[in-house]
Amino acid sequence: MTSAAQQKNNDTVSGVNSDDEQQYLTFIMAGEEYGVDILAVQEIRGWEATTVVPNAPDYIKGVINLRGTIVPIMDLRSRFNLERVEYSPVTVVIILKVETERGERVMGIVVDAVSDVHSISDSDTRNSPELIEDLNTEFIRSLVSVDDNMIILLDVQRLLTIDKQILNIAAEVAADKE
Amino acid sequence: MSIDLSQFHQVFFEESFEGLDIMESSLLALDLSEVDAETINTIFRAAHSIKGGAGTFGFMQVSSFTHVVETLLDEIRGGDRDIEQDHVDLFLLCVDCLRGLMTDLQAGSEPDMAQADDLKSKFEAILAGETIATEGNVEGAIEGTVEGTIESSASSLESKQGSDESALQGWKVEFIPCEDVLCTGNEPYRMFRELQDLAEAEGGGVEVIPHLERLPEFSKMHPEMCYLSWTILVRAGIELSDIEEIFEWVVDECDIRYQKLADSDLSTVESHQAPETIEDVNEVASTATPVAEEAIAEEAVVEEVVVEEAVSTEEISGEQKIDQVTEKLDQAVAEKAKNAPPKAAKASSKAAENTSIRVSIDKIDGLINMVGELVITQSMLGQLGQEFDVSRVQRLQEGLSQLEQNTRELQESVMKIRMLPISFAFSRFPRLVRDLSKQLDKEVDLVMLGENTELDKTVMEKIGDPLVHLVRNSLDHGLESVEERTDKGKSRAGTITLNAYHHGGNIVIEVKDDGAGLNKDRIRSKAIEKGLIGEDEVLTDAQIHDLIFQAGFSTADVVSDVSGRGVGMDVVRRNIAELNGTIDVSSTPGEGSLFSIRLPLTLAILDGQLVKVGEEVYIFPLVSIVESIQLEKSMLNNITGNQFVMQLRNDYIPIVCLQDVFNIDLEKKDLEGAMLVVVEGDNEKIGIVVDELLGQQQVVIKSLEKNYQKVDSISGATILGDGTVALIVDISGLNNKPVDKNTDDQTQAA
Amino acid sequence: MASILAVDDSASMRQMVTFTLKGAGYDVQEACDGSEALSIAKTKKFDLVLSDVNMPVMDGIELVGELRKLGDYKFVPVLMLTTESAGDKKMAGKKAGATGWIVKPFNPDQLLNTIKKVLG
Repeated sequence: MTSAAQQKNNDTVSGVNSDDEQQYLTFIMAGEEYGVDILAVQEIRGWEATTVVPNAPDYIKGVINLRGTIVPIMDLRSRFNLERVEYSPVTVVIILKVETERGERVMGIVVDAVSDVHSISDSDTRNSPELIEDLNTEFIRSLVSVDDNMIILLDVQRLLTIDKQILNIAAEVAADKE
Repeated sequence: MSIDLSQFHQVFFEESFEGLDIMESSLLALDLSEVDAETINTIFRAAHSIKGGAGTFGFMQVSSFTHVVETLLDEIRGGDRDIEQDHVDLFLLCVDCLRGLMTDLQAGSEPDMAQADDLKSKFEAILAGETIATEGNVEGAIEGTVEGTIESSASSLESKQGSDESALQGWKVEFIPCEDVLCTGNEPYRMFRELQDLAEAEGGGVEVIPHLERLPEFSKMHPEMCYLSWTILVRAGIELSDIEEIFEWVVDECDIRYQKLADSDLSTVESHQAPETIEDVNEVASTATPVAEEAIAEEAVVEEVVVEEAVSTEEISGEQKIDQVTEKLDQAVAEKAKNAPPKAAKASSKAAENTSIRVSIDKIDGLINMVGELVITQSMLGQLGQEFDVSRVQRLQEGLSQLEQNTRELQESVMKIRMLPISFAFSRFPRLVRDLSKQLDKEVDLVMLGENTELDKTVMEKIGDPLVHLVRNSLDHGLESVEERTDKGKSRAGTITLNAYHHGGNIVIEVKDDGAGLNKDRIRSKAIEKGLIGEDEVLTDAQIHDLIFQAGFSTADVVSDVSGRGVGMDVVRRNIAELNGTIDVSSTPGEGSLFSIRLPLTLAILDGQLVKVGEEVYIFPLVSIVESIQLEKSMLNNITGNQFVMQLRNDYIPIVCLQDVFNIDLEKKDLEGAMLVVVEGDNEKIGIVVDELLGQQQVVIKSLEKNYQKVDSISGATILGDGTVALIVDISGLNNKPVDKNTDDQTQAA
Repeated sequence: MASILAVDDSASMRQMVTFTLKGAGYDVQEACDGSEALSIAKTKKFDLVLSDVNMPVMDGIELVGELRKLGDYKFVPVLMLTTESAGDKKMAGKKAGATGWIVKPFNPDQLLNTIKKVLG
C-alpha cells in the first residue's frame, strides 16, 4: 500500500472539511479511479473466500462473516461489466454501509486496489455526460478532476441497491438453464 | 413537593388494557338468563379501577367517560337494575372506545372523544330513568369533595350568625363527639391541632375548652370511649368551610355546631377562661369540674343571645354558604386542572407492541441458578487454563462438556421466558366472531383447542393479524347462511375451530371451518382471468387451492368490508413467511376448509445437520430430517424421464439433487451410492442428494435478508466454528417449488 | 419514621402511592387486596392503613372490619380510598370502623397532606 493509502487507513473520519467539501476514498479498477463518500466506508479488508449464495447474480460473489453479521460481497468489475481478473494479495474489499428505509445495510465491494483520500468540493464536480445510458451510469454521481486525474464519484446508495434488476437477471439465468 | 406522575403512566396503560380485556371476556361470558354476581363485580371493578387511575393520573376525559359506565354497572351490581342485552352491547362498545382512547393517550396524542361522547349520552339516557338523587353524581368525582361540605353546612345552618361583613373574628365550634369516635381511629387532639395550624397561619390562635358533664361514674366508664366534649374558639380570619373540612370524617356521627365569634362572645368567654392548652385537659378533668359547670352555664346564656340574632339573618347566611361552596367548587376545578400532570410525551411506539412481559418468579430463579453454575464452570476452566499441561486434557474435556451442558440449559431457560401460551392470541376471537356473526347474520360456534400451546412472544404478536384475516375469511366466504345450511342438511350454526399444537420443532396453528369449502372452478377461472395460469394448464387440486395466496386474488364478487379486498391472502402468506413459517390450505367442497400455519418455535437457534455439496457446506434443520440412506439405483424409479422417485415404505418420495436446486456448477451426480437425506416439510417428504454428511451442531440463525435479500429455499445463514458462513436450507421452501424444477440433465439416468 | 400499609388492586395506584409516601420518608408496604393486607397486618403493626374500597377477594370495607377486630389495630387510623361520590360507601366504611376517606382522584400532594394531618 502507498503511504497515502496508509494514511487513509489511519484517518479518523470527519467527512466534511469546509462548506461543501467532502472526503472521498478513491480506488482503482481497470485503470480508472473511482471515489466513494468516506462516511459510507465502514472498513477495508483483504479478500477472503466467500460462501456462495445460490441463484445470485454473477457479480455477487457470495457472503462473508463480518464479526457475526452476514455481509454480501460484490465484485465491482462484474457489476460494471468489466473484464474479470484474478484476485491477488493486494485485492481489496471495501465494506460500505448505507441507510435504507429498512434500516442499515452493509455490503462489501471487491476492487483492484485502494488509492487515496481526497477532499472534494461539490462545486468542482460535473455531471456525467448523458450520451450513454446503460446500467453503469446509474451508479455515477458525478465526475471530478484532481491533479489532472479524473475521478468517477459513485452513488453508494444505488450501488448497494439490489432490486428488481436482480430478480429479473436471476429469472433470466434460471430460464437460460432450462 | 411535586411528583412527576408520568413515570406511572405506562403501568397504568398496561393495567388498563388488561382490565379492558377482562371486561370484554367477562361481558362475553355473561349468561343473561343466570347472571353471575361475581362476573358483574369483576366487570365493575375493572371499570372502577380504570376510572380511578385515569382521574389520578390526569386523564380526565377518560375518567369522566368511565364514570357513567361505572355508574350503570354499580346499579346493576347493587340489584337496582337488571342487566339486559342492550347494556351488554353498549358496554362492549365502551370497551372498544376506551381501548381507542387509551391507545391515543399512550401515543401522546389527543384522544378523539366523538364516540365516547355519543356513548356517554346513551348511558345518561338509560340512567335518567333513575331517582334524582343519583343524577347529580353523574357529573364526576370533583363535586364529591364538596358534597360533604354542603351536608354539614346544612345541619349547622341554624346556629349560624350571618352577616357578610368582612373581617371575620373567628368561629366557635361546639364539638360533641360520639362515644366511639376513638374506635374508628379518629383522635380529637389531631383535629384541634389542625385547627391550631389553620388559625396560626392567619396570625390567630385557638382555645380549647373541654366539657366533662358526660363523664359517667368511674365504675361505669369504658376506657375506650370518649365522654368529653369541647368548645373550641378559633380566633382567626378563616373560612368556615376550612374548619368543616377538618371535621369532615366525623361530622355524621358527632354533634358539631358552628357560631361566628363576635366581640361580645370573646369577652364573655374570656372571663370564664378555662385552661387554654390542650395538655392541661387531664388536670381540668380532675380538678375543674365546678369551673367547667360554671362555664357551661355561662355559655348557655351566650348561646341563647347568639341564637336570637342568628334567626333573623338565617337566609343570608344560607346564600353565603352556597356562594362559598360554589367558590370552593370552582377552586377545586381550577386546582384539578392545574394539578393534572403533563401528558407523557412518549415517542410513537405502537401501543400494540407491548415492550414488557410477565415472567413467573420460578423461571427467573431457575435462570439465576443456572448462571451460577455457569460461573462455576467458567472459573474451573479458567484455573485449568492457567496451569495447563497435556496430562490434564481429560479434565479439560470434562470441563468443556460441562460448559456445553450449562450453556444449553441456560439457553433453553431463556427461550422459555419468551414463550407464552397462545391463548393470548386466541383471546380476541370470541368477541370478533360474535360481532362478525351478528354483522353477517350467520350463526357461528367458535371452538378453541390447544390454548396452552406455547410460542415465542414476538411470533405470537405477529401471528395475530393473519389469524384474524383467516377467521374473517372463513366467516365471510366459508360459512353459509342459516338457510343455506339447513337446506343442505347441515346444522344451523357453522363451526370455526382454532387449534394449536407442537409438531416436530414447529408450532402448528389451524383455522378450520365446516362451511362450503373452496370453489375450485371459480378459483381456476379467476386465475385464468388474471393471467396467473394458462387456460389449458392442468393443476392438481392442491395447486388450485394454493392459487388463493397469489397477489390480487379474490373470488368475492362483492368486496365486503369484512374481508375481501383481495389483498388478504398473499399478505397473510408473506407475514407468515417473515416468521420463517408456512401456510397451506386444504378443502373439500361442501364440507369446509382447513388452513394450516406452521411456525418455527424459535426464531434464533436451530439444531442443524451439516452436509457438503461440492465445496460448500449447507445446513438442514435436524427436525426436518426423517432419515439418511445410501442410495442404490435399484431403489429408484424414473418417472417422466427426468424425475426420480424412491419408494420408502408407503410413500413415493421425489429425489432432488441439492446441486441442481442451487445451480451449483458440479459434475453430474451419479446416484449410485450417493448420500440421500430424506426430509419432511409441510407433511411432504422429499429425498435430497448431497455429497457428504458432516456433523450435527446447534447453529445461531443469522439473517440473510438484512444486508442481502431473501433467497429461495434458503431460510437463513449461520457462522460455523471455523468462522465461515454456511447457508441453512429451507425445507418447506424446497417442497413448494414445482416438482418439475429438477429437469436438468445433470442427473444421470439409470 | 411512620409505617404505612397501602392496599389497592391497581398496580399503578400502588406504585404512585408508594412512591409518594416513600419520598416523604414513610415506610411503605403494599398489598393487592384485603386478604393479603390482613395477613401482612397480622405480622407487623403499621401506624396507618390506606385502602381502596373495591378489590377482589376481600374488599376495603370488610378489611376495616377485620382490622378493628385485631387488638393492635383498634385505634390505628384506617383511611379508605374511594371514588364513590355517593354517601353510602362512606357510611359503610365508617360503620365498619374506618377513620376517614380520601376521595379519588387525588394528587400526591393531597395524599401527603392528609397523611400528615393524621400521623403528624
